[in-house]
This record gives sequence, C-alpha cells and structure tokens, in this order.
Amino acid sequence: MSEKQAQTLGRVETRLAGSGGQGLLLAGLVLAEAAGLYDGREVAMVQSYGPEARGGASKAEVIISDQAIDYPLCTRVDLFLALTQEAADAYCWDLKPNAWIIVDSDLVSHPPSSKAVRLPFTAAARDKLKKPMVANVVALGAIAEITGVISRRGLEKALLARVPAGTEALNKKALALGAKLARDAAGQAPAEGPATAHTEDM
Amino acid sequence: MAKPRAQLLQGNEAIALGALAAGCNFFAGYPITPASEITERMSREMPARGYPFIQMEDEIASIGCCIGGSLAGKKVMTATSGPGFSLMQENLGYACIAEVPLVVVNVMRGGPSTGLPTNVAQGDVQQARWGTHGDHPAIVLCPASVAQCYELTITAFNWAERFRTPVVLLSDEVVAHMREKVVLPEAHEVEVIDRRQPTVPPDWYVPYKTDGSLIPQLANLGEGYRYHVTGLVHDERGFPTRRPDEVEPFYNRLFGKISRHFADLERVRAVQLDDAEMVIIAYGCTARAAAAAVRIGRERGLKVGMLQLMSIWPFPRRPVEEALTGKRLALVPELNMGQISREVKRVNDGRTQVLRHGKMDGSMITPDEILGRLREAK
Repeated sequence: MSEKQAQTLGRVETRLAGSGGQGLLLAGLVLAEAAGLYDGREVAMVQSYGPEARGGASKAEVIISDQAIDYPLCTRVDLFLALTQEAADAYCWDLKPNAWIIVDSDLVSHPPSSKAVRLPFTAAARDKLKKPMVANVVALGAIAEITGVISRRGLEKALLARVPAGTEALNKKALALGAKLARDAAGQAPAEGPATAHTEDM
Repeated sequence: MAKPRAQLLQGNEAIALGALAAGCNFFAGYPITPASEITERMSREMPARGYPFIQMEDEIASIGCCIGGSLAGKKVMTATSGPGFSLMQENLGYACIAEVPLVVVNVMRGGPSTGLPTNVAQGDVQQARWGTHGDHPAIVLCPASVAQCYELTITAFNWAERFRTPVVLLSDEVVAHMREKVVLPEAHEVEVIDRRQPTVPPDWYVPYKTDGSLIPQLANLGEGYRYHVTGLVHDERGFPTRRPDEVEPFYNRLFGKISRHFADLERVRAVQLDDAEMVIIAYGCTARAAAAAVRIGRERGLKVGMLQLMSIWPFPRRPVEEALTGKRLALVPELNMGQISREVKRVNDGRTQVLRHGKMDGSMITPDEILGRLREAK
C-alpha cells in the first residue's frame, strides 16, 4: 500500500460485508462508481447474498486498480469493512497482513484483529442523523478518509448520482460524519494505533 | 464533470444492451436466477422503444413465442438458466431444423435440476451442443467479461440472422453478476447483420431453394409469401419428405451452411502465448482466473500463457491445435468434470500433455489453484 500516493494504483481488493439490508450492495456500487467513473481507475465488482430480503450474510467485493483487472474476486483482501459480527467472522480468513480492517464498534464486538479501526457507524447514523439506514454511507465516508483508495470528491459525486432524489443533503451529511468519525478516532489513537499507522502507511 | 461515458454495468445488463444494439425488437422470457436481470432490463427497455416484451408462463412458451416472432421477421431473444434451458431443448431443435434465427442466453448455475441456483458452474457446455436430440449444427458463444457480454450478444444476433439458426450465448453466474467499467460503442460503430429477404415475387417463391450460400431466403410471415414451416425434414417447398434423395441434401445443407464457415466462427483470445511452455485453455469466468494465473506465474518466472475460447461450438479446432503445438503442458480448468478438456484432448492428437482441472463446489476456480496444478504437473 506504500505507493498509495503515487500516480498509479496497484490491485486493491476491498470487501464490504454485513447483513442483508444494511446497504452493502449500494455501498459497493458507489465505491466502484467513485473509483471507476470519477477517479478513472479500472474496477470490477461482485456481490453475494442469500435468498433473504433482510438478514443473512451479504457482501460486496470491489477490485480497484490502474491495470486491467483479470480475476474479479478477492484473493487477498486489502480493505475489509464488517458491519456485523457474523460477517467479520465469516469473511476475515483471507485478509492481507496490514490490511485496513474497519468495523462497526457496536455490532462487531470481536474484530478479526486488535488493529481494526472501530467506529460507531450505525449508532452515529441513528443518533446524529436520525436515520440508521445511512450507516453504510457513514462507513464509506470513513473508508475514504482512512484509506485514500478513493477520492472524497469522486465518492460524493458517485453517491449523489445513485441515491434517491430528496436524500442528497442527508447523504452528504452522512459522508461527512463518517470522515469526522475516522479523523477523531485517528486523533485519539495512540502513536502505533491502527488508524494512525495506516494513514502514515499511505 | 460531464456525465462520464464509461459506465459500471453488470454482465446481464450488458447482454440486454447488446441485444438492443444488435436490433432485437422482440423478447419473451421467464425470469430465473441468475439470468433474471436480462429479463428485468428488457422489460423496461423494450416497451420504452415500442417493442413487445412478453413474460410467458414458462420457458417452453418463451422460446415458442420467440420462434413465432422470428418467423414474422422480428429479431428475437430469450434468456434463461439451466432448468429453463432444459425445457427449451425441444423447441431449440425446432428452430434449428426450421431455420429460425434466434438468440438464447443460458446463464449457467449449478445443476442438474434446480441444483445450486445462486452458485456458479459451467456444467451446460455439452448440453448447449447436444441438448436437443438428433444430429445438428450448433453455434455457442461464451463471454468472460462485461464488455464481451455486450460484443458477443451482438455477434450472436448477427450469426443467427446470417446463418438462419439458433445461437446460444453461454454465460455463467459470475460473469452475469459481475460489474465492470465499460465504454459502449456508439450505435454507428456497431455492425448489424439482418437476414436476407426473398428477391422473387410471391408466385415464384420456393422457400427452401437456396443459392450458393446454402442459406434459404425465408420471407417474413404476413408479407404475402406463403410457405410451410415444420419440424419434419422437408423438401424445397417446405413439405415433409422421406425420399433419401431429398433428405440427404437437406441435412448436408443444414450442416454445410455452418461448417463451410468454421474459420469465421472461431473466436479466441491469446494471452502471452508466444514464448509460453505451458498453456491454460479456459472459457467464461474461469478465463479470468487463468489470466490472473498467467500474470502471477510470469512474475514467478513461469513461461505460461492462456488461450481463451469465446466461441466453444463449433469447437475452435485450429486455434486450439496451434496453442497446443510445441507446448510442454496444457491445463484446462473448468467448473465441471471435464466437458471441454475432453474436446481439447480430442484435437490434441499426441501433441502435448493435456490435464483437466475440474471443480464442482459452487465456487470459482482461483488463480492459486491453477498455479498449484501447474506446479504439481511440472
């Protein structure tokens, strides 16, 4: 990940996982469109979900690269977002060492690594925005802030092109909230803390 | 920023858009995982253009409806997955013998029967060739990316129209649901081929009499040309015959109209084959794992290349022979127990060692599995 600030991006494998209904497919779509259509990268995205409308493990995988993407699935994950304990347990076995691990601090009590960044996406969406359903967007805001894999501007444009009319202001607030959560956590973390370590790594 | 021309599209959506670009103006289907997004997209796109979209009661009716639409001059498509494709086999044979242009999309999932509805597989490869009874020619195309879904759908329409035959587009769950960034060509950049029409007046019309092309100029029903359409072997006028001197030329023409164009029907993509000592022969989603295995293998100093088969029937014999020649080893990874490796072995003719790598657990073959298999075999 050390060439993150350089002009070209090697293959970055991202996995967004949680429970059906948490909006991870939409989050994956927005992430892929932000990177592919606005940041000008190559992208491939796959999704998997159970037959349920709500509940059941759900994940979206987005590969981002400046080279043509051959294998469209994750093989060694660089960025892992987990919004439930079940998803954190089920999909953590192929993470790269030093992968960015970002989890919902209230819904994931045992993250796969002590270096995971724990942020209260769902609680913040519920308490600060009165809309728990935008937890996925809050998480995207944090991902952009922590990893830099996608630009904040591209993310915002892709998001506003996707969400229903009338919800633009709410979604922009949710993105900003996610970024703020990530910044605050980075500020509080000890010197070797996960968030700080990762941002320096960029 | 202006609206970007690139878009993030799913494989299934690209098939729907490819069909529209090729001039599809009639769709009948019955939704089924993992092909439903094609039907869903067509249900919005077709009425918006004033074309019929019909959701039928099942897959037998869907292909029947398409055959009728095609005989009336429409460019037709239906889309399904394994269980529906099985139901369509009888009418697929009818379209073949009655020479009805038709595109059938089969998005492969785990089978047989209802199998693994949401999982990927490549078990319908031989069914696409031999699913309907009786010896017959078959054209089957196999995309491995969203862009290829679009291109090969257009190719499928063009070949169906040109050769007056059903063409099967054989996709799979991973390619169907995968989203990739693509830039679709403008309408004027797309080559579109339409079926030939009769050039004689109705009174002189002999429907199945052909010129040197071996392909009949069948009129669109309802335009004043009268002829008989049947699933029985028929004479030049379209009426059933059992006379060997009419039956034999009929079959020869049915096969010949396609076999004389074998070279044009070969679609393959070679990746780093020039100096390769080992070749991976792959198709559909598995070709993506093979391409990654080539990339990673080359980084580790392995001289490995890939031949991706985009047309699998007629089997692209010549390019496969070329790819096998001079290689130490050929590996055929596929999500079945060896349906294409069997064909590769058939054309291999002692050239090289051909290994199969079959997998049937509902998941993709990974680049690591392919590399592991190559390492074992060294």
